[in-house]
Amino acid sequence: MLRFIAMRLFKAAIILIAIVTLNFFLIHAAPGDPAAVMAGEAGAADEIFLQQLREQFGLDKPLLTQLGLYLSGILQLDLGFSYRQQMPVADLIWDRLPATLLLTFTAFVISLVLGTLAGVLASARVGKWSDTIISTVALLFYATPLYWIALMAVLLFSVQLNWLPGFGYETVGGNFTGFARLLDIAQHLVLPALTLGLFFMAVYMRMTRASMLEVSTMDFVKTAKAKGLKPGIIQRRHIFRNAMLPVVTLAGLQAGQLVGGAVLTETVFAWPGIGRLMFDALAQRDYNVLLGVFFVSAAMVLVFNLITDILYRVVDPRIRAS
Amino acid sequence: MIKKLSLLASSMLLAANVAYADPVTGGRANAVIQPEPPSLMLGLVQNGPTQMVAGNIYESLLRYDENLEPMPQLAKSWEIASDGLTYTFHLYDNVKWHDGEPFSADDVVFSADVFLRETHARLRNSLKYVESITAPDATTVVFKLKEPFGPFIGIFEGGTMPIVPKHIYEGTDYKSNPANNTPIGTGPFKFVEWVKGSHILLQKNEDYYIDGLPYLDEIYWHVIPDAASRAVAYETGVVDILPGGSVENFDVGRLTDLPNTCVTDKGWEFIGPLSWMWLNNNEGPTADKRFRKAVMYAMDREFAKDALWNGLGKVAQSPVSSSTRFFTDDVTQYDYNPEKAKELLAEMGYDGTPVRLLPLPYGETWQRWAEAIKQNLEEVGIEVEMVATDVAGWNQKISEWDYDMAFTYLYQYGDPALGVGRTYISSNIAKGSPWNNVEGYKNPKIDELFAMGATAVGKDARQEIYTEAQQILTDDVPVAWLLELGFPTIYRCNVKDLVTTAIGLNDGFRDAYIEK
Repeated sequence: MLRFIAMRLFKAAIILIAIVTLNFFLIHAAPGDPAAVMAGEAGAADEIFLQQLREQFGLDKPLLTQLGLYLSGILQLDLGFSYRQQMPVADLIWDRLPATLLLTFTAFVISLVLGTLAGVLASARVGKWSDTIISTVALLFYATPLYWIALMAVLLFSVQLNWLPGFGYETVGGNFTGFARLLDIAQHLVLPALTLGLFFMAVYMRMTRASMLEVSTMDFVKTAKAKGLKPGIIQRRHIFRNAMLPVVTLAGLQAGQLVGGAVLTETVFAWPGIGRLMFDALAQRDYNVLLGVFFVSAAMVLVFNLITDILYRVVDPRIRAS
Repeated sequence: MIKKLSLLASSMLLAANVAYADPVTGGRANAVIQPEPPSLMLGLVQNGPTQMVAGNIYESLLRYDENLEPMPQLAKSWEIASDGLTYTFHLYDNVKWHDGEPFSADDVVFSADVFLRETHARLRNSLKYVESITAPDATTVVFKLKEPFGPFIGIFEGGTMPIVPKHIYEGTDYKSNPANNTPIGTGPFKFVEWVKGSHILLQKNEDYYIDGLPYLDEIYWHVIPDAASRAVAYETGVVDILPGGSVENFDVGRLTDLPNTCVTDKGWEFIGPLSWMWLNNNEGPTADKRFRKAVMYAMDREFAKDALWNGLGKVAQSPVSSSTRFFTDDVTQYDYNPEKAKELLAEMGYDGTPVRLLPLPYGETWQRWAEAIKQNLEEVGIEVEMVATDVAGWNQKISEWDYDMAFTYLYQYGDPALGVGRTYISSNIAKGSPWNNVEGYKNPKIDELFAMGATAVGKDARQEIYTEAQQILTDDVPVAWLLELGFPTIYRCNVKDLVTTAIGLNDGFRDAYIEK
């Protein structure tokens, strides 16, 4: 197992460098000059000012030199400096990480638990009205654009009913402390986490239902039935455990994206997370911030892929044996 | 629409005419800031959001009323020598920086002559007329010019010449000075905290040099990236002030219908935002003056103003905004006249070559405006292809002259020498910047007039020069002027004296108070 993990970590490091290099060229291939965007925000600029900006941020150097400098920085865990925000990229990401993790992890848990439960329920009552309702609702969540759900949720629960705050991480100027602050954050979390969770909840539900139904037709399930095991035990121990493999894969993929944030949700709900940081950086061609977010996201995907592979070995003895 | 517009107009009237009670001390203002500023150090960054927040922290020597006449700020009085070469400012003597250090004329000399010469591109262009800046005593500053510079008295505004503390910046690397994160100014509000992505908090400067000011205890600037969410923030009472441009124009009517809501388009007179379409004078159909005139006649600008801008702003009559000095309407006028446009196109023999139109990627209003113009142009037979870009892509295409027609708007800063000439003089034709003469218009007479206008002495002499320039330009149509933009500031009616100068919210909340 240790040798397996060491090999995977080595491969992951190589993939990560390749991803950083590819991202670097892709971002620089997009039209637009960060100096021009920054100067544009000032309403006026001359060539001296543009040149000053380019020199200040090393944008006047050849592209390969810029890549070399960036990669050597990465090896020293230096993610560079944000042109626009005028602070180290690592600090920017670190500042935004707690809000993003709170949102994405909550949405992850909600979607995984409720989605899987709904999938199991639907598969146990396949063809009945409860299955039809669950499947239809899941399809609706799956097909409806996230930003539309977000705006409708704000209109209903925030503007019309005034039950929940419509945006932000906490009440600005509320000066809450201790439990009151936690409660305040929790209230702000409800709408964005549910909105973000609905899509994945639908995905987990559909995946679980399909997988449960597929597994339930397999020979070992028939054998279990023939042995006279109770249906509940067959569902839990035989079907559910085997049906979980694709769900674990999907959960691993989603978990890897937790750090990358949720651009739409964070934008609509003014959630101060990494997704918004990335969105703003893209508009402003703040290359280092974009590369930094991509780097951290890619690293997380690789780490969670590794964890998923290890979990496979735990869940499925056949993989362990091979 | 008419009902909505009349409601909007009546609420604006209300905002303008309401009889104010005595100002009330205390309270908190909640305002939106969009986008989040990159920095609050106004000496280093002068973009709109930075100035809107930092205009409360930093100050300059003067403010300007809605007729662009100077008013005291750090300078309580000033004199201009009759030859127009010497400007003497007398400063308040009880001013302190937010860290308690005394402010003096040395800070002004350092800011204008050292710090801003290095960091402020726009001011640098004006400072090239300055021979010396001296401080004969602690409360007097003298600017001596090499030659007269007409708009000089107009450059002492916070965003143009912010005064920065010499004791903090002298001898340091300005851009990496740690104080940039905790800005120290002389303004009515002090910086307290900035939670990135969430809010910025400013608190009352108890040692402000004008007794009784400011009235408010604190200002929270809320960072809300989505326009619809900003509208919701106002509707749900989280914020009380939506600065101009915070919400999409199609939401303005709905929001101004809410109770206790006022709206004003005042406060933009100083920067005078004027919108137009760049027309590529170098190549394609737009290189022909008759085609450019046809574009002017084909556009229904009144419709755009009413349908897309809620009736706010004005149809542009000249390259100079009507709030900018030396504006004249004694120029060729282009009323909506599709038949005239068709005649001009027939006269030039337009062969239907498609033209590429770049909308301004600043939101839905601009996209819709481009669609409306496209429709106008197609009605007279001009084939239009829309080119979608984001802000960075738009900047690049304009800088490299890779367009036929492109929306934009630029600030005029109160004087043609500061914000108008740059678009039309031939020495400003150069690839690499989207704010110079990117249309490629060349006219030696215009070059001569703008050169004369900058250094002429006396209002009448300058008016004569700029009138002639406006007449030539409106006849040549180097660009297609659209609207003098009217950005509505929406706010609760019990917030008083919010906009009191030509610089609007960018001038800070010094005089604002909340009526109980």
